[in-house]
Amino acid sequence: MMPHQSTAITVKNLTMAYGDYIVMRSLNFTAQRSEIKVIIGGSGCGKSTLLKHLVGLEKAASGEIFYEDQRFHPDSAEAAQIRRQFGVSFQSGALWSSMTLQENVALPLEQYTQLSASEIRDLVEFKLSLVGLAGFGHRYPSELSGGMQKRAGLARAIALDPKILFFDEPSAGLDPLSSRRLDDLILELRDALGATVIVVTHELASIFSIADTALFLDAESKTALCDGNPNDLVEDAQTEPKVRRFLTRGDSDNH
Amino acid sequence: MHGSFALFGKRAMGTFANMSNMKQTADWSTRRKKDVFIVHFSGAWVMEQVQPKMDSLRMDIESEAGLSTVHLEADHLTGWDSSLLVTVRQIYDWADSRGLQIQLDGMPEGVQNLVKLSRAVPENKQVEEDASDDFFTRVGEGSLGAYRGLNGYFEFLGNLFIHACAFLRGKGRIRAKDFMLILQATGAQAVPIVSLLSFLTGLIIAFIGVIQLQKFAADIYVADLVGLATTRELGAVMAGVIMAGRTGASFAAQIGSMQVNEEVDALTSFGIEPMQFLVLPRVVALVLMMPLLCACADFVAMLGGMVVAVMISEVSIAQYCNQIQAAVALTDLGVGIFKSAVFGLIIALAGCYRGLNCGRDASSVGRAATSAVVTSITWIVVADAIFAVMFHLLGI
Repeated sequence: MMPHQSTAITVKNLTMAYGDYIVMRSLNFTAQRSEIKVIIGGSGCGKSTLLKHLVGLEKAASGEIFYEDQRFHPDSAEAAQIRRQFGVSFQSGALWSSMTLQENVALPLEQYTQLSASEIRDLVEFKLSLVGLAGFGHRYPSELSGGMQKRAGLARAIALDPKILFFDEPSAGLDPLSSRRLDDLILELRDALGATVIVVTHELASIFSIADTALFLDAESKTALCDGNPNDLVEDAQTEPKVRRFLTRGDSDNH
Repeated sequence: MHGSFALFGKRAMGTFANMSNMKQTADWSTRRKKDVFIVHFSGAWVMEQVQPKMDSLRMDIESEAGLSTVHLEADHLTGWDSSLLVTVRQIYDWADSRGLQIQLDGMPEGVQNLVKLSRAVPENKQVEEDASDDFFTRVGEGSLGAYRGLNGYFEFLGNLFIHACAFLRGKGRIRAKDFMLILQATGAQAVPIVSLLSFLTGLIIAFIGVIQLQKFAADIYVADLVGLATTRELGAVMAGVIMAGRTGASFAAQIGSMQVNEEVDALTSFGIEPMQFLVLPRVVALVLMMPLLCACADFVAMLGGMVVAVMISEVSIAQYCNQIQAAVALTDLGVGIFKSAVFGLIIALAGCYRGLNCGRDASSVGRAATSAVVTSITWIVVADAIFAVMFHLLGI
């Protein structure tokens, strides 16, 4: 990896489809290193699908995804190498239900590092404390509330100090304080680790507080309508009205 | 409050006896003022009430020529709920489609706002493309589906083979703790049920055998019958069928619900192959445990046979044991045990394959479990038939 390289993710002409049903057509965008990019758009427009394509859980109908210079294709031999840099937090938490929280967070560490059991334990406890779950390590996912599961999923996502973090609706269903703490955590992770962060979210408050850029997906035209800083998007009169309505909860209609 | 007159309302709309309740039943009156058609709602527009039919209103409006506007009003409603909203919405949509203006300002404010809100987002007109029902299309799609299914199965087997090789070369990522738990669940915990059913099977075979053999005063040969039948066939098949129902279904359901819960995606996103992490330990565990269960089943079934032989015929325990020793060769035992390992492979493959290919909802987990059991039992029987021919040809 070249140090001067600053583009972390490049998406070229990505078309996503389920069978014959096209979700998004010819998406093009880039994410710089250490950028926090939020993907926004109405429900059902394909935000989570885009995330799944980026992570390699779905195969693109056409088009390419690059991480730095490397082309990413879920089936290729390099895919495993690229995936090692990912941390993914799923909408529902997706914790491994047969393992305790501790084991959940420890598994990636056991798989990919040579750390001793006690070092792993300390790391796990620390990661859990970052999401406010210190002391819950011995519980099973089914013994936790939905919000806690989600935060535990986050702790697992950041277990390996990933270079690229993907969050699928991280704050949906969290109380306002946890959700605020989560925003702070995302900003801290970016600042401390230099991680590139891709977030799918609906929370306007967190969009404005964390996003460097916002990519708006439009279900009707099946394309990205714009890509830019959310504050600028609201200010700029040139912005597509749809996007401004979204970012202002429809209030810009009345202006 | 509604209860009492709803009873009347349904039956006695407009009858004389019910006159006192008339102003409370749902009704409308219509009149025309120049090019405006006015519909006046009155009474209680609640779900318990019988409501006037839309059709008559439509016909009334259609019979008037030169209308430009439909005006809805209500000032003396005694109550309203969603049933009024539905009616207003229907009139609204219908009038709209006929190019008529519609005015709601005579309606209660709540009705105006809710109807407006319900029309805020246009109805999804995007129709899913219906596959045509033409015979050839169905045959073609069916064959393509079967072909894809076959491809999927081979892909699964090939993938598993690659990972099994990686595992043998020491590159596996199986968690020891998980593997031990699977061993326990597929091995030790299955012993009671396998033993019970094998014991009963041995009992039944010996019983039928003794009755028939007594006719020839050949009671002692019941040991041959039970010994050979269980070691060569029944031990392995019984263990296979029990494990298909017990463990094959549980593999499919476990992995299937992990699929539903995105847990499999989570593994993949960490670069951990589900094939290696979930499938391989289960396959290895079952292939290791099935021969042990089969040996257990063989032994217990012969024990069951002995109980019957000793009780209803004059064979002694020592005679029975001797006779078994003479009748059953080690190869017979080996044949059964070898077959059971293959059955174990079949069950584990079917269970894991169905689980990994499970859909994303609760009912597909059920389907995955069912089809895992059906697939494995079918293949166990098919494999057993193939083995029978093969061993015959080989002279084993």
